[in-house]
Parts: sequence; C-alpha cells; structure tokens
Amino acid sequence: MTDIIIHCVVALLFPPLLLGVIGKTKAAFAGRVGAPYFQPYYDLIKLFRKGTVFSETTTWVFRAGPLVTLSATLIAALLIPLGRHAAPLSFSGDLILFAYLFGLARFFTTIAALDTGSSFEGMGAAREVTFACLVEPTLFFALITLARMSKSLSLSTILTHSTPGTWLVAGTSMLLLVGALYITLLAENCRIPFDDPNTHLELTMIHEVMVLDHSGPAFGIILYAAALKLFVLGAVFVNVALPIATGNALADWAIFLVVMLVLAVSIGIVESVMARLRLVRIPQLLVGATILSAFAMLLELR
Amino acid sequence: MSSFADELLILVMLINLVMLGTSRLIFSIRAVAVQGVILGILPGLIHPFSGHLAAITIGIILTKGIVIPYLISDAIRKAQIRREVEPFIGYVPTLLIGALFTAISFAFADKLPLAPEHQDLLFVPASIATLLTGFLILTTRRKAISMVIGYLVLENGIFVFGLLLTEAMPVMIEAGALLYLLVGIFVMGIVINHISREFSSIDTSRLRTLKEE
Repeated sequence: MTDIIIHCVVALLFPPLLLGVIGKTKAAFAGRVGAPYFQPYYDLIKLFRKGTVFSETTTWVFRAGPLVTLSATLIAALLIPLGRHAAPLSFSGDLILFAYLFGLARFFTTIAALDTGSSFEGMGAAREVTFACLVEPTLFFALITLARMSKSLSLSTILTHSTPGTWLVAGTSMLLLVGALYITLLAENCRIPFDDPNTHLELTMIHEVMVLDHSGPAFGIILYAAALKLFVLGAVFVNVALPIATGNALADWAIFLVVMLVLAVSIGIVESVMARLRLVRIPQLLVGATILSAFAMLLELR
Repeated sequence: MSSFADELLILVMLINLVMLGTSRLIFSIRAVAVQGVILGILPGLIHPFSGHLAAITIGIILTKGIVIPYLISDAIRKAQIRREVEPFIGYVPTLLIGALFTAISFAFADKLPLAPEHQDLLFVPASIATLLTGFLILTTRRKAISMVIGYLVLENGIFVFGLLLTEAMPVMIEAGALLYLLVGIFVMGIVINHISREFSSIDTSRLRTLKEE
C-alpha cells in the first residue's frame, strides 16, 4: 500500500524536476548559472493561473487534445514498475496498452494541431507522426525481447525481471537494448538530436510547432504531460539499464530517484555536446535503433 | 573464451550494418579496418596458442588493419572522392535489406548440418551475414571504390568461415590468400586512379556504356 502511494506521489510530482536538471546541466556546459532546479514547477504554476484563449475556428477536439494526452500518459505511468516495485496497475498483455497509450496521446496532440487549421502546425503533425511510426517498432522489439527473457507479458514482471545476472548471461543483447531504448527515449521526447525543445526556428520544429496555439492551463497541461512522458520512458530505460535491487523498499526508491536524476544529467550532456540532426538523417538513426533492438531479439530467439 | 568471441562476432555484424548505412567512404574504410583487426584477434580466442597462430594473427592485423585501408584511402585521396552519392538503392533500404540478410543467415545457419562443437557458435551466421553484406555493397553502390570495400567485406565473411578450420589450414594457404587480396587491392587502386585520370567520373554505371571508337 505504501509503495502504491509513493508510486503515485513520485509519478505526479517528480517529472518536472527532470526538466529542471536537464536545463541546469545544459547551463553548466554553457558556463551559465541557469534557471533554478524548480523552474519548471514555477512555470507550470504560472501557466495554470492564466486565462485561456481559444481560436474561433477550433472545435472540441482542440480542447480535448491536452486532456486526453495527459490522462493517457498518467495511465501509462501507473503501468510502469518504479524502483523495482510492482506497478499499481498490471495485467497480462499490458505492454501493448502501454505502447498504444502513447499512440493515443500522440494522435490527440496531432489532431488538435490539425484542428487549428494552421498549415504550419499540420507540417509539425506530419513530422511527428512520421518519426513516431519509425520509433514504434524499436519499442516493440525491445519489449518483445524483454518479454521473451522474462517469459511474461505483464510490464511489472518484464521490467523487474532483469538482474545483474541477466547482464552476465545475455550482456550483448541487453547492451543493444539499452542503446536502442536510449535512442527511443530521446526521439519520443523530442530531445536533441531529433528535435530541439528550445528551438523556435519555424522550419525545424517538430513537437513545439504543434502546440503553438495552446495557451494558459492547456499549455501547462501539455508541458506537464511532456515531462511525465519523459519520466515514464526514463523509468523503463532505468529498469532495463540498471537492475539493482537492495531488498529494502525505501532504499530502492532512493536509488531509483537518484538514477533518474543521473539519467536527466546524461540527457543534458547529450544535448550539450550534440547538434540537432538534419531532418533527412533522423529516419536513418531511427531505423538504426530499430535494427539494434531487432538484433537483440534475434540473439535472444536463437 | 568462446562467449567473448561471440561478442566480437556480433560487433563484426554491427560493423556490417554501419557500412551499409554510411555515405562517407573514409568512414567505411575505417570500419573495414576495425573489422579486419577484430578478425585478426578472433583466431587467438578460439584456438590454443602456437607459432602458426601468432603468425596468422600478426599477418592479418597488419594486412587487413593497416596496409589495405592505407592503400584504399590513398586511392581515394588521389581520385578525390569523399562520398558515395546516389547508390542504386538508398541507404535506409539497404540497411533494412542488410538486417533482413542477417536474420536470414541466422535461420539458414540453424539448418546447416554442422559439427556438434560448432553448432552453438555464432561463426557460421556471422560469416554468412558478412558475405551477404559484401554482395549487397558490391551490387548497390555506384563508385568503383565502394565495390573494392564490398569485395573486402566479402573476403572478411569467407575468412570468418575459415576461422573454424584455422588449425587444419596450413599457414601457406593463409599467407597466399592474404597476398592475393593485397595484390588485388593494389591493382584496383591503380585501376581506379587510371579511370579517374582518363574520365571525369568513376561511376561504374556510366562505364558500362563505353565503346571503342
């Protein structure tokens, strides 16, 4: 019971801190002081106090977009085991639900962007969907491989199954999976090298362009859902990459939170040392990630 | 030690895919060189130490890791080509075909009637996958120099298969094969230089239409 409460509290309150840590890391690389760690929280509070302006050309789809995105991501957060504790919600086959909850969220983000009638947002939506359909096979190959290793179809078992022992037995496929999942994490969350979350250069935006018309609380919800998505996919990555379990519930939670912060720092480092890829190069890298995870599956099936 | 050899073979297969995906010639030459060095290390891992083995290892690392890459990059510098532009099939499709070939070679290796001690090793699938990658590079790229690289990958694939038999294979044959390869690369380098001096392009699809006046 306490674990479920901690799970919900961590999943609800922790995600914006990751963005703060990424921002601070990038600032440190650039030699700046940077915004405080809690800046994303202040931004969210500021946005939630504002009023909203809705364009007259939009319909209910536009208003539903952020809400559906947030609720789908929240449900996905309930399916993921955090810090080696079983998830609050778990059944056989929930990995499919997990993958398509993100699909639903993306569908509503893109359809809300199309609803504004802006050709510009339509372009962003087209890019988002194109890249998403290249990322999806990677995620599925990775989940299938892990499912095969743990002989289970429930995320709680799949993601808590791997131990340091698995790394010794199937080190190569685990390494390939970790590489593929990290690329997925960056691509799904529109981070550099796939998309620059800070850019407002019109022709290169992917995710940012789709939410240009949202304002106030709706925009706050979108930002929060994006942070939550980073948190959820980061948790999947951490569960696979660092299978450490002490046995002590509280210590496991502490380790999990620290590792998540380290992950945020690593994303910050990647964003500081890499440039954004050219748009034509992105599919190449995504297909490469798919091949990595397919290769891991091949080794596991042998 | 065979599990470490397996990991190296996986690295060899990943390098195959890297070569299919890159457009920079210098990069794929370096990849071939790394592949050659890995292949040089491999015999030492699976067979007990002997003078014969040490000679093979040093010979392979020298030829495949240093001399041949040097010769090809020299040819590139003289012919002034940096990139493979417009292959017959694009990079992403060839990458996917390459991945498919790798999967097929795993399936095929399972069907082969191998000696029981070779059954669980990755050598056979890795060698078939490398062979097929070599064919793929040979057939889909336009530049003559890419074909040289494809030919090298092809030879690497044959070599991986030969690794299973290193002990039965006399050093003379190994040395002979390496020597032929070296001479082949040498000749190709000269030929490519001549082509680039005589004609404005070394695109092989255009060379096909040449006629004697």
